[in-house]
Amino acid sequence: MRPENYEAQSQPPSYDYELNIGPNHPGIEGNYAFKLRLNGDRVIAGRADAGYLHRGFEKLMEGRLWIQNLAITPRICVPDPVPMEVSYCLAVEDLCGLEVPERAQWLRVMQLELSRIAAHFFIFGGHAATTGMYTPMFWGIADRDLILDLFEEMTGGRVYHIYNIPGGVRRDLPDGFGERVTHTLNYLESRLPDYDNLLFTNQVFVHRARGCGPISQQQALEWGVTGPNLRATGLKFDVRRDDPYLVYDQLEFEIPTEDPGDAWARALVRRRELKESIRIIRQVVARLPTLAGPIRCPIPNPLAWNVPAGSTYTRVESSKGELAWYVVSDGGERPYRTHVRGPSQMHAVQVLEQLAIGCRIEDVAQIMFSLDACPPEVDR
Amino acid sequence: MRDIDHQDRGGLLGPLKNLSFFARQPITEPLGPRPASANYRGFHLNDWDLCIGCSTCQKVCDNAAITMVRVPGLPEDPVKGIRNLRPAIDYGRCCWCALCVDLCPTGSIALSREYVHTCLDSELDSYFILPDARGIHGTPYPKGWAKSTDADLVALDRQPMTEQAPAERIDNFAEIVAGYDANQALIEASRCVQCGMCHDACPTHMHAPEYIRAIWNGDLEGAVREIYRTNPFAHTCGRVCTHRCETACSVGHRGAPIAIRWLKRYAMDAVDHERVKQIAAEGRADFISGKRVAIVGAGPAGLTAAFDLVRQGHDVTVLEAQAQGGGMVRYGIPDYRMPADRLDRDLDVITSLGVKIRYNTRVGVDLTMERLRAEYDAVMLGVGLWMGRSTRVPGADQAGVKRAVDLLRAVAAGESIEVPQSAVIIGGGNVAMDIARTLARLQQQHYGEVRITLTALEDLDHFLADADEIREAREEGVQILDARGPQEILMREGQVAGLRTWGVRSIFDQAGRFAPSYDPADEQIHVGDLVVEAIGQAADVALLGEALTEVLQWHRGRLQVDGQGRTNLEWLWAAGDMVRGPDVVSAVADGHRVADSIHAYLSVQEHAP
Repeated sequence: MRPENYEAQSQPPSYDYELNIGPNHPGIEGNYAFKLRLNGDRVIAGRADAGYLHRGFEKLMEGRLWIQNLAITPRICVPDPVPMEVSYCLAVEDLCGLEVPERAQWLRVMQLELSRIAAHFFIFGGHAATTGMYTPMFWGIADRDLILDLFEEMTGGRVYHIYNIPGGVRRDLPDGFGERVTHTLNYLESRLPDYDNLLFTNQVFVHRARGCGPISQQQALEWGVTGPNLRATGLKFDVRRDDPYLVYDQLEFEIPTEDPGDAWARALVRRRELKESIRIIRQVVARLPTLAGPIRCPIPNPLAWNVPAGSTYTRVESSKGELAWYVVSDGGERPYRTHVRGPSQMHAVQVLEQLAIGCRIEDVAQIMFSLDACPPEVDR
Repeated sequence: MRDIDHQDRGGLLGPLKNLSFFARQPITEPLGPRPASANYRGFHLNDWDLCIGCSTCQKVCDNAAITMVRVPGLPEDPVKGIRNLRPAIDYGRCCWCALCVDLCPTGSIALSREYVHTCLDSELDSYFILPDARGIHGTPYPKGWAKSTDADLVALDRQPMTEQAPAERIDNFAEIVAGYDANQALIEASRCVQCGMCHDACPTHMHAPEYIRAIWNGDLEGAVREIYRTNPFAHTCGRVCTHRCETACSVGHRGAPIAIRWLKRYAMDAVDHERVKQIAAEGRADFISGKRVAIVGAGPAGLTAAFDLVRQGHDVTVLEAQAQGGGMVRYGIPDYRMPADRLDRDLDVITSLGVKIRYNTRVGVDLTMERLRAEYDAVMLGVGLWMGRSTRVPGADQAGVKRAVDLLRAVAAGESIEVPQSAVIIGGGNVAMDIARTLARLQQQHYGEVRITLTALEDLDHFLADADEIREAREEGVQILDARGPQEILMREGQVAGLRTWGVRSIFDQAGRFAPSYDPADEQIHVGDLVVEAIGQAADVALLGEALTEVLQWHRGRLQVDGQGRTNLEWLWAAGDMVRGPDVVSAVADGHRVADSIHAYLSVQEHAP
């Protein structure tokens, strides 16, 4: 609104007023607005306002060859791009009946878990910043960068890897990569006590986070909550364990849960998942040298790839929750329809709107970040 | 969380924990330049010597970031499959997915290990670049993401073709090549990257990418439709074409080119013949122009022109001296390469459109060119090369010395020929191979053994015959001697007994003229009671008559025609082998050209007052 058009309106005094959070706001990783109705510093109602990152990917994908869509998929969720790639490839493989070589499956697991670690470090930092602590944020971003270095070496790209391809992966690991992964994991693991000291036993954080934005298990199930947010309500559900894909059924790892369902529990679940992901990657690093063989099964010429007609829903566990592609093929060289089930869609819209009611204004950003909602995934 | 005690409120000394960080390395990135990883997907590098401008990168690019730019000065040769196009990248669109690298048929594109490009506002167009091997900034950065066997998305291996083993095929004229089955054809068709190099290289510019894609999509009738857009000799070219398309194929630069010829053959064999006739008749003019065209010679050139002209509503009569149509395809190419029944199908399609062929009608004997000129609005000559050339060595005029064309014609026409117990062939081209392998089969049938010697001027590296022909001839028992120059036909008791040859020192003189020099010390005698000369052919132009021969323009013994195949006479055209190189598909291309020219001439006549 331009100043010259602004006219002060004479209205009766009111206790209620409106406040816009966003569309640019450090409370969430992307452009996303949240309109609040407040009474004093209490939130009466919140309305999620998505759409600032709508790039029309699902429609765009209908006009592109199956393989060209590979470049779009990671862009749907920027902080955790790998599950997008992998589940899209799983969908195409399912429709085509492709058998992915074992080595490629292990490589995918490594990439998925590295991505989970990177995403969790990212979200830690953000969550800490919303409670006024900026050091964990700088640390989180800096430590995430070490994972990006590994990604650069493994996939050729730091953020958008485009490493998976239906049928397998595009490159084998460079020489000595296993040692470098182990080195980085050792370092990150040695950093965890620092994070605990700085954040998880920090009384400022503990007091701010406990009891903030609680979700009961019942509510979580009704609202479609998945991932760490669901496990923070005490329900042990993880796609990796309950509907295993790739080689997760051959790996040893725990599914951490917490009971309270509040922001504190959600942060703790992520913190404990970090350790499990490190454990998984160590198993992959130990296993990979025993797996010789191809990294991709033979696939048709990408320019003439007609995927058999049918539809499929392939889900994976991303750092945010259950992420899946619903893909429909009419037998052509382009998808007939694609739809991505981004877990953030539920977390950032219906859950956030409910949780905001009744909380204080300074907790809104914390609730947003503790849900780990990813706006590009909501809008796509 | 059990291992984190969040009830621990710390002690008084808690803040002193900070001190432990003094001794640690900072967790920030160092500021100095740092090399990108060996796989990094940075800016594009393109080796212009390897790049052929096939535009596959442009086709697979997700974001339409690649524009093919014509670079003057670079080689452009459709026959070799090289265009002077090079990819230019718009980095406002590029997403660095490197699919262009993985799908590049030649492996010329790579991405560099270069992180940063930045510019002033006035240089915004520096985001649109035409990369060469030195990359975006002209500074040599090493390759990052490049072609590797891991990432290659081009299928380099061709589907194997089932062929008869030498032992099975040596005593009969059954077709050697079995053709693809449906599955093989599908897989082979799927390899095509649709670059269109084949289309550019083909003399008649067949729509190979389109029919290959139709085969891949299971639309075989669509494939036949694409084939008939440019080539009525579809069965023939599916079998014996010189397949310049495959030489130009971009996939052939690192692997085996797409088997374009076999795919055409597959499509033609797979579709019902009656349906093929319907498809070929699509788009035919539904009026009669009232113009009459006479075509002399029912070979590929003549019948292609006839096919086109009939489709345009003209009345076409083809005059053929032999008892059957097809010209050299029938009378020059042995059955094991080109079965007569498939040629009959091609002819059936052409005649089903209304082309009239008068067989056993030799122009110059049965009727004259003057009469043709009087009775028809236009006349086309497509008489082929039916006169075998002679080596003219001493003894070459003996009755026991034959020309390859004559023998091949006799065999194809079903005439009985005297099969020699041993034979010597002079010549190293495909016709020499044809006669050698034909005689080998006949010898096998009559005597149960093959005794054939083939001598050629060229050494094996410069043989004119296809490599496959040489290999298969050897498998069938033909002895091939390279770099031998014929000197004399040897006679014993009035009968041919063999050939005496000298070794060849060089074939051409310093000016590049044909002037073979021999080494008399390197003399060999080849025994044979038949000597066959297969060293080239000429057109028999006696049919023209003296008066016409006088009026027409000639160039080194060949009838001279313009770019449209027209002679210096307004009503007379010539096409095919007699004016252009001897292969079927060039003759077909010639036929189209002449038909266009005749049609234009007749149409103009129509509108003239």
